[in-house]
Amino acid sequence: MKKYDVIIIGAGIIGCMIARFLSRYKLDTLLIEKEADVCMGATAANTAIIHAGYDPVPGSLKAEMNVKGNKMWDTLAGELNIPFERRGDYVVAIGEEELPKLEELMKQGIQNGVPGLVLLSGDEVRRREPNINPKVSGALWASTGGIADPFAAAVAAAENAVMNGVTIMFETVFQDFIMDGNKIVGIKTNRGDFASRWVINAAGLYSDEVMHKAGVRPEFRITPRKGEYYVFDRAEITINNVLFPVPTPVTKGILVTTTIHGNTIIGPNAKDIQDKEDRSVTREGLEEVWNGALKLVPKLELKHVIAVFAGLRAGGNAPSPNPNIKYNHDYVIEIPSNVKGFVNLGGIESPGLVSSPAIATRVIELLKDVGEKLEEKKDWDPIRPARPRFRDLSKEEQRILVQNDPRYGRIVCRCESVTEGEIVAEIHAPVPAKTYDAIKRRTWLGTGRCQGGFDTPRVVEILARELGVPPTQITKKGPGSEFLKRRTKDVA
Amino acid sequence: MSLDRVKPIYDVVVIGSGPGGLGAAIAAKKNGADDVLIIERDNELGGILVQCIHNGFGVEIFKEDLPGPLYAHRFIQEANSLGVEVLSDTMVLDITPLRKITAVGKRAGFVELEARAIVLAMGCRERTRAQIRIPGTRPAGIYTAGTAQRFVNVEGYMPGNRFVILGSGDIGMIMARRLTLEGAKVERVLEIMPFLTGLTRNYVQCLLDYNIPLQLRHTVSRILGNYRVEAVEAVEVDENWNPIPGTEEIIPCDTLLLSVGLIPENELSRKAGVILDPITGGPVVDESMQTSVSGIFAAGNVVHVYDLVDWVTEAGFLAGKSAAKFAVEMKKGLSRKVKLVAGANVRYIVPQYLDSESLAESDQRIQLRVVRPIEEKVWVEVTDGEHLITRKLERYVRPGEIVTIKIPKKAYDEVQKTDKLIVRVAKS
Repeated sequence: MKKYDVIIIGAGIIGCMIARFLSRYKLDTLLIEKEADVCMGATAANTAIIHAGYDPVPGSLKAEMNVKGNKMWDTLAGELNIPFERRGDYVVAIGEEELPKLEELMKQGIQNGVPGLVLLSGDEVRRREPNINPKVSGALWASTGGIADPFAAAVAAAENAVMNGVTIMFETVFQDFIMDGNKIVGIKTNRGDFASRWVINAAGLYSDEVMHKAGVRPEFRITPRKGEYYVFDRAEITINNVLFPVPTPVTKGILVTTTIHGNTIIGPNAKDIQDKEDRSVTREGLEEVWNGALKLVPKLELKHVIAVFAGLRAGGNAPSPNPNIKYNHDYVIEIPSNVKGFVNLGGIESPGLVSSPAIATRVIELLKDVGEKLEEKKDWDPIRPARPRFRDLSKEEQRILVQNDPRYGRIVCRCESVTEGEIVAEIHAPVPAKTYDAIKRRTWLGTGRCQGGFDTPRVVEILARELGVPPTQITKKGPGSEFLKRRTKDVA
Repeated sequence: MSLDRVKPIYDVVVIGSGPGGLGAAIAAKKNGADDVLIIERDNELGGILVQCIHNGFGVEIFKEDLPGPLYAHRFIQEANSLGVEVLSDTMVLDITPLRKITAVGKRAGFVELEARAIVLAMGCRERTRAQIRIPGTRPAGIYTAGTAQRFVNVEGYMPGNRFVILGSGDIGMIMARRLTLEGAKVERVLEIMPFLTGLTRNYVQCLLDYNIPLQLRHTVSRILGNYRVEAVEAVEVDENWNPIPGTEEIIPCDTLLLSVGLIPENELSRKAGVILDPITGGPVVDESMQTSVSGIFAAGNVVHVYDLVDWVTEAGFLAGKSAAKFAVEMKKGLSRKVKLVAGANVRYIVPQYLDSESLAESDQRIQLRVVRPIEEKVWVEVTDGEHLITRKLERYVRPGEIVTIKIPKKAYDEVQKTDKLIVRVAKS
C-alpha cells in the first residue's frame, strides 16, 4: 500500500490551494478527486468575486478568512500567473429607504478590518456606471474588492503543487477511512487503499459525509444551496463594475457583474435543495434572477444572453468557534480532538474563493500547532509559469508565436480566438486537461456566443489524437459523458 | 488552387468560401478584378455545403437537383479556372475600415494584407440552447443540428442513438432523416410554433416518409441527466408560448438536437465598423451589396438568412461584381500623376499633369504653345528626360498657334516608369 504523509480529499479551490501551500514542505502529498478534473463542484459555478470582507458576520471565522485571504491575492495572482483585477465592488442602494443599510454594512466592514470603504452619492455612482438604475441613491464602494477566474486559480494552484511534487489522482472516489483506534491511518477508494499520516477533508458539498465517516461532528450537515446565473455576449453589453444589491440576512443578493473575461453575468439566486448533484437551471430560478438583476441595471436584454448555468454552495450549519457571537453558518477549519490524523474542513461557501489561500495557510498553522514538523523544501518553486493565450497577445507577439509553433496559427474556437496550440498545451500540462470541459475551463474555449457549436468536433478530434484514443472515448466531463456513440457504419 | 505566397494587396478579398463567397470571387474575376483571394477557415472550400450531402441544391441556377458538395464543386472549379487564389485553413482575425486584413493559419502563418474591396461572406451560425434558455442540466448529448451534421457526414461518427429534435427547421428535418438512415431512432420533432418552420417538401421527404412524428405547439421544458442526456421533458405551449401545466411528458433519449434558427455571423463586420440591422442581424447594405463602410461588401447568409442556396450564390455574384467595380475605380484613383514639363522652346502645356493610368484606355492629347517661332520643319518631342516617348513633325511652329501632340496608348509602360514627361520643340 502506497504511504503518504498527507492525503487531501477533493480538488476544488480549497483542496488545490491547500495542496499548493503544503507543497512547500517535505511531505509526500496526494490530492484525490472523484471527478475527471479539478474544480467540478462548488468551484465550477460561482460569481468569481474576490470579496472585500464587509459582508460576513464580525467575529466569525468567515470574516477572518475573507479579510486575510483578500490581502493574499496580489501575491498569489503574481506567483501563479492567474488573472486577477482589484477593481473594487459596489453595494448599490436603490431608493432612499435602502441608504441606511449601506452605513450598517460599512460599520460591519470596519469591524471586520476591511480597508478602503467609501460611501458614494447617487450622482457619483451614475457617473461611474452609466448603465445603472437611475433611481440609485448611493453606494458603498469597497476598493479592495476584485474579480478572478476560479478555474484558472484552482488549475494553477494544482499545477504548482504538482510541479513541487504533489500527486493528483482523478476519478478517485473516497469510500472510507482506515482507522487504527481513534487514529486515521489511510483511506479506501475505488482505486485501492492508500496509507497516510494525515487526511484533509476538502470534500466541499460532501464534506459532511466525509467527516461523519471519521466520526466527527455527526450533527454537521451540508445543505446545497443552488444559485442560477445568466452570461451575456460581451459584444452587446459591458458592465465594468461589480454591483451588489443591499444584502438580505441569507444572501448577498442577485448581482450584476463582469467576469474577468469581459462578459457581464447576473445572479445568483439562493435556493436550498437536497440533491448534491442537481445543477439544473429552472424556469422559476431564471425568472427570479432576471427580475433581481433588472433592479440594478434595467437595460439588460434577454436576446443578449449566451449562456445560463447553476452552481451549488456548500452551506454548512456549524456554530462559530467564537463563543462571543451567535452565528450558525460558519466555516469549519479544525483538527478535531477526538480523531487523530484528521484536518477537517466544512461549510466553505462564499466567500470561499477569496478565503482559499488564507484557509490553506490556516491548515498549515493547525498542523504546526499539533507538533507536525513541517520542513521547507530548499527547491520549492512558488512560480507557476503561464502558458500563452493567443487572444491576449499583441499582433507582433502572435506572429512570433505562430512562427515558432504553427499550431498556434490554427484557431479552433472562433468566438474566443483559442488556438490548437493552446489546446495541445493544456492536454499535456502538469495537470492534464483530458475532457472537453477541462479544456474549456482552462482556455475559455466554447464560452462565446456559439457555445461550442463550431469548436466541439475539432476539439474531440484533437483530444483523440493527443490522447491516442478513438474519438468515441472523448468525454465532455468524464466517464458517462462521451460525445459520440459509434462510427456511422457500425451497427447500433 | 493553392497559394505559395500571399500578395500584399488584392483587388478583392472574399472572406468565406461558402456559396456566397464562391459566387462573389467568381463574379469579381469576371468583372475586371485582377487579383482575387478567398480566405477560408476550413481545410476545404464550400463552407457548410461540404456537410450538406442531401440534394436540393441548384434548381434555380443549374436547373438540376444536386447534393451540396457537388453544387459547391462546380463553383470551386470555375473559381479555379478563373485563377482565384485561395488561403484555406486560415482564420481572419481582424478587418479594419481601411480594408487591412489580419489572418492566421497553421500553414499560412500570420498574414497581413490589404484589399481594395472586401466581400464579407462568413455565413451564419446556429442559435444555441442558451439563446432559448432551456432549463435543466448541462450534460453531453446536446448539439445544434449543424454540429451533429458535421459529426455524421464529415467525421463519420454518430453523436447519439436515440434523438429528440427541437425545431422544425430544414436542417433539423434533414438530420431526422439522415440519423434514421444511419440506424438511430428519432423519437420526435417538436416545434413551438403552430406551423412548420421549414419547407413542406422536407416535412414530406424527411419526416412523413420515415414515420417520424412532428408535434406542433410543443417545446422542451427541461433536460435531464448529469453526464449524458437521459431524457427531455416536452410540454405543450399556449398562444403566448408559455408551457401549459399538466401537459409535461418525459421522453427518454440520449441526444437532443436543436434546430432553432440561424443568426448571421458578423463579428468581423463589427470590427470593420460595419453598421448592422438589428432585425436581420446582418450588415445594412445598398443595392450593390455595399455595407455602410465603402469598399466593404457583403453576400449571402451574413446579410440575412436565405432559404435557398441558389439565392445565396446570386447574392454573391452581385456583391462580387460590385466589389470588382469598386476595386477597378480605386486603382484609377490610386494611379500617379505624371508632370508634363515645358522643355526647350515650350511656354506651357495643358494639361499640366497626366494620369499614368489614362493611357490604359486611350491615346492622350496634349496641347502647348512655343516661346519662339521656327519657320521650318521641326520635331515636337516628348521624352522622359532620357528616352524619346513619341514625336511629331511640324512644318513650322509659331507662338500664336497651339501645337497638339498625342501620347499614344502604347507608351503606357514607359509612362509608368517616370514621374515627368518633358516636351521640347527645338531644332536638334
